[in-house]
Amino acid sequence: MRSETVTLWDRLRCLFSSRAGIVIVGLLIGGGAVLLQKLGNPPNMGICVACFERDTAGALGLHRAAAVQYIRPELIGFVLGALAAALLFREFRPRCGSAPIARFFLGIFAMIGALVFLGCPWRALLRLAGGDGNAVVGLVGLAAGVSVGAWFLRSGYTLGRSRAMPVLGGSLLPLFMLLLLVLLVARVSFKEGHAIFFSAKGPGAMHAPLAVSLGVGLLIGFLAQRSRFCTMGAIRDAVLIRDFHLLSGIGALVLAALAGNLLVRGFRAGFAGMPIAHSAQLWNFSGMVLAGLCFALAGGCPGRQLFLAGEGDGDAAVFVCGMLVGAGFAHNFFLAAVPDKFVEGVLRVGGPGPYGKIAVGLGLAFCLALGWTAREKGGVEI
Amino acid sequence: MAEKQVDARGLSCPEPVLLSKRAIGAIEAGSVEVLVDTVTAKENVTRMARSQGCSVRAEQQGEDFLLTLVKGAGGQPVAEPNATN
Repeated sequence: MRSETVTLWDRLRCLFSSRAGIVIVGLLIGGGAVLLQKLGNPPNMGICVACFERDTAGALGLHRAAAVQYIRPELIGFVLGALAAALLFREFRPRCGSAPIARFFLGIFAMIGALVFLGCPWRALLRLAGGDGNAVVGLVGLAAGVSVGAWFLRSGYTLGRSRAMPVLGGSLLPLFMLLLLVLLVARVSFKEGHAIFFSAKGPGAMHAPLAVSLGVGLLIGFLAQRSRFCTMGAIRDAVLIRDFHLLSGIGALVLAALAGNLLVRGFRAGFAGMPIAHSAQLWNFSGMVLAGLCFALAGGCPGRQLFLAGEGDGDAAVFVCGMLVGAGFAHNFFLAAVPDKFVEGVLRVGGPGPYGKIAVGLGLAFCLALGWTAREKGGVEI
Repeated sequence: MAEKQVDARGLSCPEPVLLSKRAIGAIEAGSVEVLVDTVTAKENVTRMARSQGCSVRAEQQGEDFLLTLVKGAGGQPVAEPNATN
């Protein structure tokens, strides 16, 4: 009996570390995103880790953009689902100490880059599957940023080693997510007109039912922890070591979302006036170059950072905190882009304002300086 | 005794893979021992080593994993020994 249990367990382990496993998770994320969009999440934003962290930061009062404030249950699900998988498969390992302050600033600039583009890599893929041609420019930018990061890695870039830490240290982000769940379910408002904020209109007011969002988040978090799904890692591994394992998950995500969009008639091809997107292409590209470079230097896309935080990685949790703070900065200082809109039938192209453009430049300078200086001699010949 | 040893504990993805790949590339034939401390690093190094025609044996050592990557002469594939994990 015992040996049979072990065999089944081992098969499950093997399934999700195999190509089939990563494809299953990609299909699930793509399909889940279309489902969540159909049930109320914003258009082409069934799942967007950066946008959802921005909404959550807004709900906590870290910024006051009234249209984007909501504690997104999907985020809570990602972390707690990953925690459950890590505990069940005995992979929960509390650890931290690999240049946390550098990771914090990488998180800040990653969020600024993502909000200049208007989406994380997951949303870029979902926008592509919804027919938004601007996503192609963003994805090219993402690949360029990740490729620069891969060059630094090849040249010996490292943020140094993490080390084991007490269980509580590795559990802080999951515990914070539990607190957010309580605040969300209880709809706590500490004082009239004060946080916790929930948008009355705009993207923050558009959401699927809480139980569905949380359920999809938990399922994705659980399976993504097992399969190590990572959009940045997919590009980096292809560029750096010609390993296309993770890339097959990305392909599955796009195909599932495209099929779902065609099924629910959510596909509309074009560039101008696409949902919660802008067609200022230089900034679609530059924003994602910055985000991609930050993800590569920090070792994971925003989704992967949440899954890592769920399995006890305190450095990933610091990156997530950086993204939350970055969302606050992006809206308090008018760094985030505004979408295209039609005014009396005339297209007004969106994009970032002057401060957003400056912030992208600062972020790129920071990343290049970090990538250049945090190298160990010798590099790595591939 | 292995020709090369790599301590990749505590390093972020993909550093364990890069260091292991460099160590494999530096020997004509023989074995490389890689010490990692996460299952993810173990899986990634194993996948990379197999793609390079190496055999891989994994052994749990407390909280860590010791991976022995064996490279055949002239880059020939090596038969996989019985893995402990």
